[in-house]
Amino acid sequence: MEDIIISTLQRTMVAGTPLLLATTGEIICERSGILNLGVEGVMAIGAVTAFIVTMTTGSPWLGVAVAIAAGMTISIIHAFASITLQANQVVSGLALTMLGLGLSGMIGKSYVGKPLLIKMEDWNIPWFSDLPWLGKIFFSQSPFFYLAILLALVSWFFLERTRLGIEIRSTGENPQATETQGVNVSKLRYLSVIIGGGFSALAGAHLSISYSKSWIEGMTAGRGWIAIALTIFALWNPGRAIWAAFVFGGIFVVQYLLQPLGISPNFLAMLPYIATLLILLLISLKDPKKLNAPAMLAEPYKRGKR
Amino acid sequence: MIKIKTTDRYNITPLRSFMTNILSLAAALVVISILFLISGVNPIFAISEIFSGSFGSFYGIKETLTKAIPLILIGAGLTLAFRAKFWNIGAEGQLLMGAIFATWTGLNFGESLPPYIIVPLIFLAGFTGGAFWGIIPAILKIKFSINEVISTLMLNYICAEILTMLIVGPWKGKERFGFPGTNNLPDSAILGIIPGSRIHYATLILSILCAIVLCVVVYKTRFGYETRVVGENPHAGKYAGINFLKTSIIIMAVSGGFAGLAGVGEIAGIHHYLGYPASVSSGYGFTAIIVAWLAKLNPLYAVISGIFFAGILVGGDAIQISLGLPAATVQIVNGTLLIFLIMGDYFLKNKIRFEMQ
Repeated sequence: MEDIIISTLQRTMVAGTPLLLATTGEIICERSGILNLGVEGVMAIGAVTAFIVTMTTGSPWLGVAVAIAAGMTISIIHAFASITLQANQVVSGLALTMLGLGLSGMIGKSYVGKPLLIKMEDWNIPWFSDLPWLGKIFFSQSPFFYLAILLALVSWFFLERTRLGIEIRSTGENPQATETQGVNVSKLRYLSVIIGGGFSALAGAHLSISYSKSWIEGMTAGRGWIAIALTIFALWNPGRAIWAAFVFGGIFVVQYLLQPLGISPNFLAMLPYIATLLILLLISLKDPKKLNAPAMLAEPYKRGKR
Repeated sequence: MIKIKTTDRYNITPLRSFMTNILSLAAALVVISILFLISGVNPIFAISEIFSGSFGSFYGIKETLTKAIPLILIGAGLTLAFRAKFWNIGAEGQLLMGAIFATWTGLNFGESLPPYIIVPLIFLAGFTGGAFWGIIPAILKIKFSINEVISTLMLNYICAEILTMLIVGPWKGKERFGFPGTNNLPDSAILGIIPGSRIHYATLILSILCAIVLCVVVYKTRFGYETRVVGENPHAGKYAGINFLKTSIIIMAVSGGFAGLAGVGEIAGIHHYLGYPASVSSGYGFTAIIVAWLAKLNPLYAVISGIFFAGILVGGDAIQISLGLPAATVQIVNGTLLIFLIMGDYFLKNKIRFEMQ
């Protein structure tokens, strides 16, 4: 029994990792006032590039770096459409998802189903990993896990405590006023979208080279969309995103735990999606003023226009 | 130095709108060509192959019209939702729910009823199913301010799992010899086709009628006007006494219902039984988003853009076989087209001048 609980919690952390990475990225992006619905597509691009580079060069870290670069590059499309051309952000994000899913399928066609022999080794944190229970659950995980938590904390500090972070937030709240303070709104928004893209791609890289160690078309399985919902659940706060993501990781893992009990696997597969709706329902009972959504989210900003 | 100056354009003529679309599509084709070149395929050959595969032969035209049916229905319905800025990304799920309702009706009542009763009945059932699945996000949005992009998408996944649960479980038919799927619908519930093709003409006629009726509703009725107000100026709408809940429910009942009708066509016209979700919906719900956008959110134009995108789907299948390209190619083509279409809007709404300094 003890083993089951430990391994369930340990797998919860693994399943929550890509959600946390993608959610943190989307929070930074949305805080600047840009809604990016391209997460799912950028994640797929990250997954396929990380997989191919790791397989051909034998270096998982190079795979991660290339994935991040690819994710940032493809996100520029959404930035250009929604910031420079003031296009509809919903449609532009959807287009990015279509393009990302399509491109990943095309690039990765000959790699489908091939096993990845090079592994990214788990990191055992000295002393801590020997702790009973906690050691296995928190301190002998893949580097992605530590990175995700570290990046979420850094992002929280960045958005709440640094000058640039505060400028990004005010860009999302009131771009006109921010511009009068001598801040270049477009530049900050570009920066936020591109950083967000890097995070999404990193989440994808975790999926293909650490979580499942293989590539298959559509392996992101809606995680990008769940990250967008988690952004709301986390009230646009990377600190809250940490536990929000791992609660969801737990829901992904519970599926496998309940399967031997004879519950329909199709019903269990629904759980993450039903949970997403339920959690949004829960959030809606909160006072909308406390919801903390960026005031100008998804509103195109035109310079010198009121 | 050259400086770019932009000013608002107020007089957008239909001709300018049309030309912007054409130029956007042309620009997208250039990018798609480059992508083809990178993957080692002659772009001129590939693109001509797409269009000759879809519009260049009698067989191609028949297939294009077959695939245009769901795209016209869903695309027309989406124009209504998008006008109200209700971002319905859930047409896939609504189509599947329509298919589920229609299959249940057909299997249970098909034997005992003549075609002229059962066929309208399964269309009604399909509309109801799609509308039911579409109304849920409308209520969630207005009553609980839940973002509809997320809710419609989650409902897609949920509906696909419900359908799979049915066809591997209680609805699994003996005729499938152990494979997942229901029995075939009784003959009286199966739609007639134009001989030598797969065009189920009843649904084709219905789709065009739906587009025409919706066009009249959008441009000539109070409800159509309210739809636009809800989308463009919700504050004014509230003061004008528009009931947001009621309007949103109707909008999504129609948008979802049309997707449900498309589901009926796929089941009763093409497959004749309920199988795996991916084979029933074939991504029509997503492609129809671009159909609606290319139609500039005019339901009637959705007929033309629906046929156009059906052509790309059929041509995409053709080059998959002749050039060995992956199925994802069509998604790349669609994504690129959509990006350029929305980028084109900028040049429609703004005058751009270059000034020497």
